[in-house]
Amino acid sequence: MSDKPRNAAAPALKISRASSDYLDRVVDLDARITGQPKPDYWQDIFERYASRHVEERFFLVAESAERAGDRILGLIVGEVRGWEFGSDPCGWIFAVSVDPDHRQMGIAEALFQSMCDEFRKIGIAKVRTMVQRQNPLHMSFFRSEGMVAGPFIQLEMSLDE
Amino acid sequence: MQTASRLAIYALIELAANPDRQISAADIGEKYRVSAHHLAKVFITLGRAGLVQSVRGVGGGYTFTGVAKRLTLLDIISLFEDTSNTCRLGDPSKATEEEWALFEVTKEINDLSLATYGSITLATLLKQIERRKTRAEREKDAAAAS
Repeated sequence: MSDKPRNAAAPALKISRASSDYLDRVVDLDARITGQPKPDYWQDIFERYASRHVEERFFLVAESAERAGDRILGLIVGEVRGWEFGSDPCGWIFAVSVDPDHRQMGIAEALFQSMCDEFRKIGIAKVRTMVQRQNPLHMSFFRSEGMVAGPFIQLEMSLDE
Repeated sequence: MQTASRLAIYALIELAANPDRQISAADIGEKYRVSAHHLAKVFITLGRAGLVQSVRGVGGGYTFTGVAKRLTLLDIISLFEDTSNTCRLGDPSKATEEEWALFEVTKEINDLSLATYGSITLATLLKQIERRKTRAEREKDAAAAS
Protein backbone atom coordinates (compact mmCIF):
# COMPACT_ATOMS: atom_id res chain seq x y z
CA MET A 1 0.00 0.00 0.00
CA SER A 2 1.16 3.52 -0.65
CA ASP A 3 1.30 6.80 1.18
CA LYS A 4 -1.73 8.83 0.14
CA PRO A 5 -1.35 12.59 0.58
CA ARG A 6 -4.77 14.23 0.98
CA ASN A 7 -5.73 17.88 1.10
CA ALA A 8 -3.48 20.61 2.55
CA ALA A 9 -4.77 20.23 6.09
CA ALA A 10 -4.31 16.48 6.22
CA PRO A 11 -1.05 14.76 7.07
CA ALA A 12 0.47 12.46 4.44
CA LEU A 13 -0.98 9.07 5.30
CA LYS A 14 0.48 5.64 5.57
CA ILE A 15 -2.25 3.03 5.25
CA SER A 16 -1.32 -0.52 6.09
CA ARG A 17 -2.74 -3.77 7.34
CA ALA A 18 -3.01 -3.89 11.09
CA SER A 19 -0.73 -6.31 12.89
CA SER A 20 -0.76 -7.16 16.58
CA ASP A 21 1.71 -4.29 17.05
CA TYR A 22 -1.20 -1.94 16.47
CA LEU A 23 -3.54 -3.42 19.08
CA ASP A 24 -2.82 -0.93 21.87
CA ARG A 25 -3.11 2.02 19.50
CA VAL A 26 -6.40 0.73 18.08
CA VAL A 27 -7.80 0.34 21.61
CA ASP A 28 -6.59 3.88 22.32
CA LEU A 29 -8.26 5.30 19.19
CA ASP A 30 -11.54 3.55 19.96
CA ALA A 31 -11.43 4.72 23.58
CA ARG A 32 -10.89 8.31 22.44
CA ILE A 33 -13.99 8.03 20.24
CA THR A 34 -16.32 6.03 22.47
CA GLY A 35 -14.93 7.01 25.87
CA GLN A 36 -14.64 3.34 26.79
CA PRO A 37 -11.50 1.17 26.41
CA LYS A 38 -12.43 -2.28 25.07
CA PRO A 39 -9.16 -4.27 24.89
CA ASP A 40 -10.85 -7.71 24.92
CA TYR A 41 -13.20 -6.77 22.10
CA TRP A 42 -10.35 -5.48 19.92
CA GLN A 43 -8.15 -8.47 20.77
CA ASP A 44 -10.93 -10.67 19.41
CA ILE A 45 -11.32 -8.50 16.28
CA PHE A 46 -7.55 -8.68 15.70
CA GLU A 47 -7.56 -12.46 16.02
CA ARG A 48 -10.46 -12.82 13.60
CA TYR A 49 -9.72 -10.10 11.06
CA ALA A 50 -5.98 -9.40 11.23
CA SER A 51 -4.58 -12.89 11.59
CA ARG A 52 -7.01 -15.48 10.14
CA HIS A 53 -8.26 -15.77 6.53
CA VAL A 54 -6.44 -12.54 5.75
CA GLU A 55 -6.82 -13.23 2.03
CA GLU A 56 -10.42 -12.04 2.38
CA ARG A 57 -10.42 -10.19 5.68
CA PHE A 58 -8.94 -6.72 5.88
CA PHE A 59 -8.12 -4.62 8.92
CA LEU A 60 -6.47 -1.40 7.74
CA VAL A 61 -5.06 1.42 9.83
CA ALA A 62 -4.06 4.94 8.84
CA GLU A 63 -1.22 6.80 10.51
CA SER A 64 0.85 9.85 9.73
CA ALA A 65 3.52 8.93 7.18
CA GLU A 66 6.00 11.21 8.92
CA ARG A 67 5.15 10.02 12.41
CA ALA A 68 4.63 6.28 11.91
CA GLY A 69 4.51 4.58 15.29
CA ASP A 70 2.64 7.52 16.76
CA ARG A 71 -1.09 7.28 17.51
CA ILE A 72 -3.15 5.93 14.62
CA LEU A 73 -5.54 8.34 12.90
CA GLY A 74 -8.16 5.92 11.66
CA LEU A 75 -9.12 2.35 10.93
CA ILE A 76 -11.43 0.36 8.70
CA VAL A 77 -12.41 -3.31 8.91
CA GLY A 78 -14.05 -5.38 6.19
CA GLU A 79 -14.30 -8.84 4.74
CA VAL A 80 -15.74 -10.81 1.86
CA ARG A 81 -19.25 -12.04 2.62
CA GLY A 82 -21.69 -14.00 0.52
CA TRP A 83 -24.39 -15.11 2.82
CA GLU A 84 -27.47 -13.19 1.77
CA PHE A 85 -30.20 -14.94 -0.22
CA GLY A 86 -28.73 -15.65 -3.63
CA SER A 87 -26.05 -13.00 -3.30
CA ASP A 88 -22.67 -13.19 -5.00
CA PRO A 89 -19.77 -12.64 -2.61
CA CYS A 90 -19.32 -8.95 -1.89
CA GLY A 91 -17.00 -6.76 0.11
CA TRP A 92 -18.55 -5.88 3.44
CA ILE A 93 -17.38 -2.95 5.57
CA PHE A 94 -18.45 -3.07 9.17
CA ALA A 95 -16.23 -0.60 11.01
CA VAL A 96 -14.79 2.82 10.17
CA SER A 97 -13.31 5.14 12.78
CA VAL A 98 -11.32 8.36 12.52
CA ASP A 99 -9.59 10.26 15.30
CA PRO A 100 -11.98 13.10 16.28
CA ASP A 101 -9.11 15.62 15.99
CA HIS A 102 -8.41 14.57 12.40
CA ARG A 103 -11.86 14.48 10.84
CA GLN A 104 -12.83 16.30 7.62
CA MET A 105 -9.31 15.68 6.30
CA GLY A 106 -10.04 12.82 3.93
CA ILE A 107 -8.74 10.04 6.21
CA ALA A 108 -11.94 7.98 6.12
CA GLU A 109 -12.09 8.43 2.36
CA ALA A 110 -8.48 7.22 1.99
CA LEU A 111 -9.26 4.18 4.17
CA PHE A 112 -12.45 3.46 2.24
CA GLN A 113 -10.67 3.68 -1.12
CA SER A 114 -7.85 1.44 0.15
CA MET A 115 -10.41 -1.11 1.28
CA CYS A 116 -12.11 -0.98 -2.14
CA ASP A 117 -8.68 -1.52 -3.76
CA GLU A 118 -8.17 -4.62 -1.60
CA PHE A 119 -11.56 -6.00 -2.64
CA ARG A 120 -10.86 -5.26 -6.32
CA LYS A 121 -7.52 -7.10 -6.13
CA ILE A 122 -9.31 -10.32 -5.21
CA GLY A 123 -12.00 -9.94 -7.87
CA ILE A 124 -14.81 -8.51 -5.77
CA ALA A 125 -17.10 -6.22 -7.78
CA LYS A 126 -19.45 -4.82 -5.10
CA VAL A 127 -18.92 -3.31 -1.71
CA ARG A 128 -21.72 -3.11 0.85
CA THR A 129 -22.29 -1.95 4.38
CA MET A 130 -25.17 -1.43 6.78
CA VAL A 131 -25.66 1.78 8.74
CA GLN A 132 -28.31 3.13 11.03
CA ARG A 133 -30.46 5.45 8.97
CA GLN A 134 -30.57 7.85 11.91
CA ASN A 135 -26.78 8.11 11.94
CA PRO A 136 -26.15 11.04 9.57
CA LEU A 137 -22.36 10.89 10.01
CA HIS A 138 -22.06 7.37 8.63
CA MET A 139 -24.91 7.73 6.13
CA SER A 140 -23.47 10.94 4.67
CA PHE A 141 -19.95 9.54 4.54
CA PHE A 142 -20.85 6.39 2.61
CA ARG A 143 -23.16 8.38 0.33
CA SER A 144 -20.38 10.86 -0.43
CA GLU A 145 -18.20 7.93 -1.48
CA GLY A 146 -20.83 6.94 -4.02
CA MET A 147 -22.68 4.20 -2.13
CA VAL A 148 -26.40 3.97 -2.82
CA ALA A 149 -29.24 1.76 -1.59
CA GLY A 150 -28.62 -1.80 -2.72
CA PRO A 151 -31.00 -4.56 -3.77
CA PHE A 152 -31.36 -5.94 -0.23
CA ILE A 153 -33.39 -4.43 2.55
CA GLN A 154 -32.87 -5.19 6.19
CA LEU A 155 -35.99 -6.50 7.96
CA GLU A 156 -36.49 -7.17 11.64
CA MET A 157 -39.13 -8.27 14.08
CA SER A 158 -39.44 -7.92 17.79
CA LEU A 159 -39.51 -11.35 19.48
CA ASP A 160 -41.21 -10.24 22.66
CA GLU A 161 -44.64 -9.53 21.14
CA MET B 1 -41.14 15.82 -3.99
CA GLN B 2 -42.94 18.99 -5.02
CA THR B 3 -41.99 20.95 -8.15
CA ALA B 4 -40.58 23.92 -6.20
CA SER B 5 -38.25 21.63 -4.22
CA ARG B 6 -37.05 19.94 -7.39
CA LEU B 7 -36.42 23.28 -9.12
CA ALA B 8 -34.56 24.57 -6.07
CA ILE B 9 -32.26 21.53 -6.10
CA TYR B 10 -31.60 21.95 -9.85
CA ALA B 11 -30.87 25.66 -9.38
CA LEU B 12 -28.49 25.03 -6.49
CA ILE B 13 -26.72 22.28 -8.43
CA GLU B 14 -26.08 24.75 -11.27
CA LEU B 15 -24.82 27.48 -8.95
CA ALA B 16 -22.69 25.23 -6.71
CA ALA B 17 -21.12 23.56 -9.74
CA ASN B 18 -20.10 26.99 -11.07
CA PRO B 19 -19.03 28.93 -7.98
CA ASP B 20 -17.19 31.60 -9.97
CA ARG B 21 -20.11 32.44 -12.25
CA GLN B 22 -23.34 34.33 -11.86
CA ILE B 23 -26.14 32.42 -13.52
CA SER B 24 -29.50 33.89 -14.42
CA ALA B 25 -32.85 32.31 -13.67
CA ALA B 26 -33.52 32.41 -17.42
CA ASP B 27 -30.45 30.26 -18.15
CA ILE B 28 -31.41 27.73 -15.51
CA GLY B 29 -35.03 27.78 -16.67
CA GLU B 30 -33.96 27.06 -20.23
CA LYS B 31 -31.86 24.08 -19.19
CA TYR B 32 -34.63 22.54 -17.10
CA ARG B 33 -37.52 23.61 -19.35
CA VAL B 34 -39.30 25.81 -16.80
CA SER B 35 -40.28 29.46 -16.83
CA ALA B 36 -37.96 32.07 -15.30
CA HIS B 37 -41.04 33.39 -13.52
CA HIS B 38 -41.53 30.07 -11.74
CA LEU B 39 -37.84 29.97 -10.82
CA ALA B 40 -37.88 33.55 -9.55
CA LYS B 41 -40.27 32.52 -6.77
CA VAL B 42 -37.95 29.65 -5.87
CA PHE B 43 -34.97 32.01 -5.76
CA ILE B 44 -36.78 34.34 -3.35
CA THR B 45 -37.07 31.47 -0.87
CA LEU B 46 -33.46 30.39 -1.44
CA GLY B 47 -32.29 33.99 -0.95
CA ARG B 48 -34.20 34.32 2.31
CA ALA B 49 -32.55 31.09 3.50
CA GLY B 50 -29.12 32.57 2.74
CA LEU B 51 -28.33 29.98 0.09
CA VAL B 52 -28.08 32.33 -2.91
CA GLN B 53 -27.23 35.95 -3.54
CA SER B 54 -28.46 37.95 -6.48
CA VAL B 55 -26.18 40.21 -8.48
CA ARG B 56 -27.95 42.91 -10.48
CA GLY B 57 -26.97 44.48 -13.78
CA VAL B 58 -25.44 43.24 -17.01
CA GLY B 59 -24.08 39.75 -16.55
CA GLY B 60 -25.96 39.56 -13.28
CA GLY B 61 -27.62 36.50 -11.88
CA TYR B 62 -27.32 34.36 -8.81
CA THR B 63 -24.38 32.88 -6.90
CA PHE B 64 -24.37 30.09 -4.36
CA THR B 65 -23.62 31.25 -0.81
CA GLY B 66 -24.26 28.02 1.09
CA VAL B 67 -21.87 25.23 2.08
CA ALA B 68 -22.23 22.40 -0.43
CA LYS B 69 -20.62 19.82 1.87
CA ARG B 70 -23.12 20.60 4.63
CA LEU B 71 -26.36 21.40 2.79
CA THR B 72 -28.50 18.28 2.44
CA LEU B 73 -31.37 17.66 0.06
CA LEU B 74 -33.64 17.51 3.11
CA ASP B 75 -32.50 21.02 4.12
CA ILE B 76 -33.55 22.29 0.69
CA ILE B 77 -36.82 20.38 0.49
CA SER B 78 -37.78 21.57 3.97
CA LEU B 79 -37.77 25.16 2.69
CA PHE B 80 -40.65 24.37 0.36
CA GLU B 81 -42.72 21.63 1.95
CA ASP B 82 -43.58 20.05 5.26
CA THR B 83 -41.17 17.19 5.84
CA SER B 84 -42.14 16.45 9.40
CA ASN B 85 -43.20 12.86 9.76
CA THR B 86 -46.41 13.70 11.56
CA CYS B 87 -49.18 11.33 12.44
CA ARG B 88 -51.86 11.54 9.75
CA LEU B 89 -54.45 9.64 11.71
CA GLY B 90 -56.26 12.67 12.98
CA ASP B 91 -57.00 11.89 16.58
CA PRO B 92 -54.85 8.78 17.29
CA SER B 93 -57.12 7.76 20.14
CA LYS B 94 -59.97 7.28 17.62
CA ALA B 95 -57.94 5.55 14.88
CA THR B 96 -58.87 1.97 14.05
CA GLU B 97 -56.36 -0.89 13.88
CA GLU B 98 -56.71 -0.78 10.07
CA GLU B 99 -55.78 2.92 10.05
CA TRP B 100 -52.86 2.27 12.37
CA ALA B 101 -51.60 -0.57 10.16
CA LEU B 102 -51.62 1.59 7.03
CA PHE B 103 -50.06 4.45 8.98
CA GLU B 104 -47.18 2.19 10.03
CA VAL B 105 -46.49 1.26 6.42
CA THR B 106 -46.52 4.85 5.18
CA LYS B 107 -44.38 5.94 8.14
CA GLU B 108 -41.80 3.26 7.27
CA ILE B 109 -41.57 4.60 3.72
CA ASN B 110 -41.50 8.21 4.89
CA ASP B 111 -38.73 7.50 7.45
CA LEU B 112 -36.59 5.96 4.74
CA SER B 113 -37.15 8.89 2.38
CA LEU B 114 -36.24 11.43 5.05
CA ALA B 115 -33.08 9.51 6.01
CA THR B 116 -32.05 9.32 2.36
CA TYR B 117 -32.65 13.00 1.62
CA GLY B 118 -30.97 13.92 4.90
CA SER B 119 -27.82 11.97 4.08
CA ILE B 120 -27.19 13.39 0.60
CA THR B 121 -25.42 16.73 0.51
CA LEU B 122 -25.23 19.02 -2.48
CA ALA B 123 -21.52 18.11 -2.76
CA THR B 124 -22.42 14.40 -2.84
CA LEU B 125 -24.99 15.05 -5.57
CA LEU B 126 -22.38 16.96 -7.61
CA LYS B 127 -20.00 14.00 -7.27
CA GLN B 128 -22.78 11.65 -8.38
CA ILE B 129 -23.38 13.81 -11.46
CA GLU B 130 -19.65 13.70 -12.32
CA ARG B 131 -19.64 9.91 -11.93
CA ARG B 132 -22.62 9.65 -14.28
CA LYS B 133 -20.87 11.83 -16.86
CA THR B 134 -17.68 9.77 -16.62
CA ARG B 135 -19.63 6.52 -16.96
CA ALA B 136 -21.58 7.85 -19.96
CA GLU B 137 -18.35 8.95 -21.68
CA ARG B 138 -16.77 5.56 -21.02
CA GLU B 139 -19.79 3.77 -22.48
CA LYS B 140 -19.76 6.10 -25.49
CA ASP B 141 -16.05 5.45 -26.08
CA ALA B 142 -16.61 1.70 -25.72
CA ALA B 143 -19.51 1.82 -28.21
CA ALA B 144 -17.41 3.81 -30.66
CA ALA B 145 -14.51 1.36 -30.36
CA SER B 146 -16.66 -1.73 -30.97
